[in-house]
Amino acid sequence: MTPSDNILCCPVCDALHEVGEVPDGIRLRCIRCHTVLAVGQPEAIIRIVVLATTALILMSIVVFYPFLELRNGVFTSRASVFQTVMSFSEGVMAPLSIAVAFFVIILPVARLSAIVWALGPLSFDRPPLPGAKTMLRLAETVKPWAMAEIFMVGVAVALVKLADLATLSMGPAFWSFAAIVFITALQDTQMSKYSVWTALDMASKR
Amino acid sequence: MDGSGHGIETLAALTARDAGMVGCRQCTRVWPIGTEVCGLCGSSLESRDRTSLQRVFAWWLVGLLFYIPANLYPMLITRTMGRESDATIVGGVIELAQYGAWGVAFIVFFASVVIPVGKFIAIAYLAMVVRRPHGHKPRNLLHLFELVEWIGRWSMIDVFVVAILVALVQFNLIATINPGIAAVSFALSVVFTMLSAMSFDSRRIWDEIEIISEESSK
Repeated sequence: MTPSDNILCCPVCDALHEVGEVPDGIRLRCIRCHTVLAVGQPEAIIRIVVLATTALILMSIVVFYPFLELRNGVFTSRASVFQTVMSFSEGVMAPLSIAVAFFVIILPVARLSAIVWALGPLSFDRPPLPGAKTMLRLAETVKPWAMAEIFMVGVAVALVKLADLATLSMGPAFWSFAAIVFITALQDTQMSKYSVWTALDMASKR
Repeated sequence: MDGSGHGIETLAALTARDAGMVGCRQCTRVWPIGTEVCGLCGSSLESRDRTSLQRVFAWWLVGLLFYIPANLYPMLITRTMGRESDATIVGGVIELAQYGAWGVAFIVFFASVVIPVGKFIAIAYLAMVVRRPHGHKPRNLLHLFELVEWIGRWSMIDVFVVAILVALVQFNLIATINPGIAAVSFALSVVFTMLSAMSFDSRRIWDEIEIISEESSK
């Protein structure tokens, strides 16, 4: 057997598969470890791009609009995600502030932009932009480190901790952040390594 | 609609390595063995990651070292009306339970105690087991590995809670909350154990199994 375009190797267990055209609506799973290898979704690329773009736009609301508001009698304090990120910015805690910024804002934004850069032109039947492959690889590398959804659970826990100290209300950024978490999860179900790379490969050969 | 093996021609469980090829873990294409860079996506290729287990244990150990101060030092320093009180990770959980917020106390306890400890044990177990022929079902080991990889990030909850509290509660005289040193060491511990889990080469789970099944079929 020789390497060819329709031989696929499971990235989890190294088993080989011969794949033809993937039928619509079918998920191909590895025969040995059952990892999803390919998703037969002709519109998958367009969906991925649309969802990623939506999430990116919402992200701009998230960063600067108030996220949570805390009222305790006469005192009011508002925090945007940006302020939350900067909360460790003094003294020895500064590196942690940078790390939180990366986990919550920078990496999710980088991942979404990389996906739009790599796959965006494909959804308009245009040749890919330069560096598309690097961007797609970057998106995959960054994936485990983008922790927006975990931040949301953190918010929920913080709300409970503060419940008897003061009255809390959620700002516009809170709801758009919640939407981003949902949209990103939806987008990930549409992405499979094999299908995405095949689409990019075919577009660049044209 | 799930169809395992549906519309797919299976080649038994022939691995890329057995077929004299190397598979790309990024884009799933195969190349002749010895190829160093994937011709499609440009990732570096390696049939089996030889330094994998060394890196797993190195990151694991560093992660464990940071987990100790994370539990001993305060996570949150709360100042109310001139009085100062510290709360460690476990202290914070107890406090939540005293409020009667059992559900949330459970989430925090699970994310900051059960997951990290479970992860240390699970990673060490996996890395020990795959070194020599083992009698475990590979599917079970893979489930354990996938669980560890997926759940590890959720330990970050407590660090984010601290960040949110610190940003919100700054009422000068009445109440202020500041982060403690444990927040940093806990975050580092989570990052290092994530790196440890990522260094593990899941393809090794099957390698020793193949040797066993070959022997038993003789």
